[in-house]
Amino acid sequence: METVSNRAGTPSTATLSLRALHKSFGTFPVLNGIDLHVQRSEMVFVLGPSGSGKSTMLRCCNRLEEPDSGAIWVEGDLLTGPGVDLNKMRQRIGMVFQSFNLYPHLTALGNVTLALRRVLKMPRAEAEAEAMAALKSVGLSDRARHTPAQLSGGQQQRVAIARALALKPTVMLFDEPTSALDPELVGDVLDVMREVKEQGMTMLVVSHEMQFAREAADRVVFMDGGSIIEQGPPDRFFAAPEQERTRAFLSRMRG
Amino acid sequence: MDVFLDQFLNPEVLAKYAPLILKGAGVTVVLSLLVVLAGICLGALLACLRAYRINLVSFLIVIYADVFRALPPLVLILLVFFGLPNIGIVLSSFTVLFIVLTLVLAAFAEEIVWAGITSIPNGQWEAARSTGLGFTQALAYVVLPQAVRMVIPPLTNRAIAITKMTALGMVIGVPDILGQATTAQSFSANASPLTLAAVAYVVLFLPFVIASRWLEARFARPGS
Amino acid sequence: MDAILQQFFNIEIMAKAMPLVLKGLGMTLLICAVVIPLGALGGLAAALGSVSHNRLIRWSAIAFVDLFRALPPLVLLIFIYAGLPFAGIRLSPFAAVTLGFFLNNSAYFAEIFRAGLLSVPVGQTEAARSTGMTATQTLIWVTLPQAVRNVLPDLLSNVVEIVKLTSLASVVSLGEMLHAAGLVRSLTYNASPLVLAGGIYLLLLWPLIRLISHFERRIAS
Ligand SMILES: Nc1ncnc2c1ncn2[C@@H]1O[C@H](COP(=O)(O)OP(=O)(O)OP(=O)(O)O)[C@@H](O)[C@H]1O
Ligand SMILES: [Mg+2]
Repeated sequence: METVSNRAGTPSTATLSLRALHKSFGTFPVLNGIDLHVQRSEMVFVLGPSGSGKSTMLRCCNRLEEPDSGAIWVEGDLLTGPGVDLNKMRQRIGMVFQSFNLYPHLTALGNVTLALRRVLKMPRAEAEAEAMAALKSVGLSDRARHTPAQLSGGQQQRVAIARALALKPTVMLFDEPTSALDPELVGDVLDVMREVKEQGMTMLVVSHEMQFAREAADRVVFMDGGSIIEQGPPDRFFAAPEQERTRAFLSRMRG
Repeated sequence: MDVFLDQFLNPEVLAKYAPLILKGAGVTVVLSLLVVLAGICLGALLACLRAYRINLVSFLIVIYADVFRALPPLVLILLVFFGLPNIGIVLSSFTVLFIVLTLVLAAFAEEIVWAGITSIPNGQWEAARSTGLGFTQALAYVVLPQAVRMVIPPLTNRAIAITKMTALGMVIGVPDILGQATTAQSFSANASPLTLAAVAYVVLFLPFVIASRWLEARFARPGS
Repeated sequence: MDAILQQFFNIEIMAKAMPLVLKGLGMTLLICAVVIPLGALGGLAAALGSVSHNRLIRWSAIAFVDLFRALPPLVLLIFIYAGLPFAGIRLSPFAAVTLGFFLNNSAYFAEIFRAGLLSVPVGQTEAARSTGMTATQTLIWVTLPQAVRNVLPDLLSNVVEIVKLTSLASVVSLGEMLHAAGLVRSLTYNASPLVLAGGIYLLLLWPLIRLISHFERRIAS
């Protein structure tokens, strides 16, 4: 069996490393010591029942949620702890949300350029060129001047991916990127994610798209009750899960 | 500090004029209650009238509401108080203040209640009418009860803002809190009556301001 | 009927009052130009305070807002203009009006901005922070524009209220429009100058009121 520790080695060799991550809301423990190491260009897929702490773990990875204890590294640089320039680190960690969270008062282009201009301080022309390239990579260069309200859900999520991509992050986090979409729009977003992966992006994805996990993921992680129960390559994970809880979950998902 | 106490919280002055200001508070409270009651009733009535969509009537109501929302109440007060006697109509300053503030509150109330009525989806009207309710019945039993929910917070805010304007009565000599206090202040050559007046207003209105905050949180506004 | 025309719509008297009333209008606009931006800034600061995570800041801001929403602006104005001199603080009418209206307007603007800020979903802040924007950048570029847009009708309504409020400055003898009209009225014993002033207020504010109704209808639908 591949376990986390013997696979990943020291944190600094992995692109994203989580060590002994704990988090409680009040007295209610949500993460009970998560160890996870995502290698360069690896796509790690996180599965688990509702309330198992998947979103919380992901949100700890850019400190939208503050972990109680434990450590997180990005390319060997410590993200947690005092004295970290959080805004600088967050540029290196792209995040895609379930509900897109596009800025409704800006166009698609404006959504992508905002951080380029205000965070990276790019001049307008350069920022727009970068943004157009990012929009092109998600197949939406012709929608640059549309506002979010004028876009379908799938298009909105692709703009959100472009917004994160444009900052050229080293790792991208996806929190159920397709669960707010109509079924016929899911494919477009998954196609974009597949392309992002092919460009060599390191990705940590929470999603219930099993078929996509089977095809595209390098590794599948199963979480329950705030702990990682089991993980492995998708072939083995889906065909021969080792843990009882994993099997129960998978059979429930298959209905 | 002593000078300050002497000028702003002078016990003798306070004791001497407290009864007058209390009397003024009585005037303020009575006037406020009358204005709120009459203003909201008139405004709601106009809004219901507008629901019948009789062109001329609606037009007149809109003009009325616009004018009384655009004109400063103090302009209206002076106009009525100094203008009407010239054409032979003499009203007490209390009556003038009551009429003007009622008309102003009614104008705002009409707009607020109308917004409430129009916010109810058409399906509610259709459902009510399809069960045989008449227009007035549909309005009274189905639409208005639903509109009340979104109407209460803005109406409360507006009613507070306009009852606070009873203080404008001072300008035409209404013996309300502020009227009494400014008189007392000039007699006593001391600011304590003004302090007392400010405290009296805060004591009177703060509970309503806090209540409106609570109402607003309770009936969270749609659309924003 | 003639008497009404004579007493309220006397063209001759209006013409005579016109120069003074227009000068008053200048002062009215000047007060607005000073007081509206000041009040908006004060209100924004108080609104930010009232949604702060720091309990002390939050409650101070809310206490400030509620206090000045409970106090009638005229009471505040007279307290500043006629009361403060007893403490040796003697303000000019303009300064008194500016201070009084600043406190009053800030409270009202604060409530509106607060509602606006609360109307922006947290996801917006999270998205902005996840791209490395600072809290201040997020406020300026993401939260505030949406907050303002969501409460635009209320903000405009408040501007209308402030323009109307400037008429109170006449009580402390600041020569704004109502003061000028009142002066001519007391000289001529004729209400026409007040009607003239009212007409100008209407001209000034009616388009704004229509615009607000338009926005409100657009937001509702
Ligand atoms: N801000 C919060 N305050 C209190 N409890 C929270 C908060 N956020 C999450 N929780 C709780 O933490 C637990 C884990 O939540 P989390 O959102 O991480 O689950 P999840 O695995 O992403 O579930 P889902 O599949 O439903 O998205 C849940 O029980 C949730 O109720
Ligand atoms: Mg989740």
